[in-house]
This record gives sequence, C-alpha cells and structure tokens, in this order.
Amino acid sequence: MSLSLAIQTQDFDVSQELVTLRQGDARVGAVCCFVGTVRERNEGTAVSSMELEHYPGMTEKAIEGILEQAQERFDIYAARVIHRVGLLQPQDQIVLVAVTSAHRGMSFQACEFLMDYLKTQAPFWKKEVTPEGARWVDARVSDDQALARWGIQANNAG
Amino acid sequence: MNLTVRYFASIREAIGQGSEAVQTQALTLSDLRMELIARGGAYAEALIPGRAVRMAINQELCDGTVMLTEGCEVAFFPPVTGG
Repeated sequence: MSLSLAIQTQDFDVSQELVTLRQGDARVGAVCCFVGTVRERNEGTAVSSMELEHYPGMTEKAIEGILEQAQERFDIYAARVIHRVGLLQPQDQIVLVAVTSAHRGMSFQACEFLMDYLKTQAPFWKKEVTPEGARWVDARVSDDQALARWGIQANNAG
Repeated sequence: MNLTVRYFASIREAIGQGSEAVQTQALTLSDLRMELIARGGAYAEALIPGRAVRMAINQELCDGTVMLTEGCEVAFFPPVTGG
C-alpha cells in the first residue's frame, strides 16, 4: 500500500504521477484522478491571481490522516495527494488526488472521499486578487455537506 | 504556562503577526481565546465569539474544551478553503 503526499509550489505532471502511482502493481485495473484548477471567475468576480497559504506541519498531518481513512474505508492499492501553495494564476493546477484499485468503483469513491475530506479538514486558505482588491475566499457550507454524505461531520464553514 | 500561538490567513493579517510566545493562566483553549480577546484591539476583533474561528493544539483541530499543556503549539485560523 503506497500512500503519499506532497505540498509544493511547483506544478505537477499528471501523466507522470499516474505512471508512478501504478508502476509495478499488476493488481491495478482502475486509476482515478481529480485535478482542481484555478478558475478565472469566483462568485461573479474576475480573479487575476490566487495566493495559497497553509499551516506547514499540520497540513501534512491532516492529509496523512485523510489518506489513512481512505485506505480503511475503500479497497484501494495506492493513493497520492499533491497540493500546491504560493502564487497561482487562472488555469493553473492546484490539487491532484489519484487512486488505484482493482475495479473502478473503489477508485472513484476514494477519490471523491479524499477531495471532500481535504476541502474541509486540511489547513489551506485561498486569497484571490480581484479588480476590487484582494479577498480571502469564504468556506462553503456545501463542502461540509459533501463530507456529511460519508457520515463525517465537518464543522468547517458552519 | 508558556506556549506558542500561531495565526493564519485573515486572522494572521488582522493581528499583524504569524506567531508569538504567550505566557498564560488559561487552562483550556477557550480560556486562552478569551484571554487574547481581553487584550482588545485587533485581537478582540479577530477572535471575538461568533466569528468563525477554527482552533488547533499541536497541529490537530480541537474544540474549546481541550486542555492546554506546557509548551504546546496553539493555532487560530478561519475556516479552511483548500482543494
């Protein structure tokens, strides 16, 4: 079982990450990944750039915990999370979650679970630059609700 | 006891620093938050009850009832918005 994570400023190559994730494991029949990117608009306002802050140390602990939970809940072989921090531009990649399993169901579910969990439990904060100036992004109640589907109370936005 | 308090994102900006050493009589995380609010000014504004403030002790999310320990690292931050 390979669980890994990286917090980094530099971009990532999705193809390369997927090759590495399933390399040498012939049990794998499904690879599922999610990539989050920077939108040019948020809540009706143009976004010219975004700064991502995090809590070094706690971020790694939180994501390790999330990966372990995914491993307990789903029949998966490997999972990797990459989250970028620092200054990002519209269309840039922000986050990668990738999972391997024997059949697609487990990978799809684990991938969504990891993202739902990360959204409300990992200490990252986004600050957007808009024509009206810089603003911190508000947490969404819908993200708490997404985690609730897995039977976990988030208490982040609420 | 002595501990380290860290602030992030909008709370860090409001208070004007990311980290400070604090000597406190507080027993719980909530007590410490009230002590900081009692300083007034930016502290009161950033941490006032009713504002969405998330808290951690030694890098784990906690609620206000958790007891502080000597030398622990406490953090105050707004709801998270990664992903």
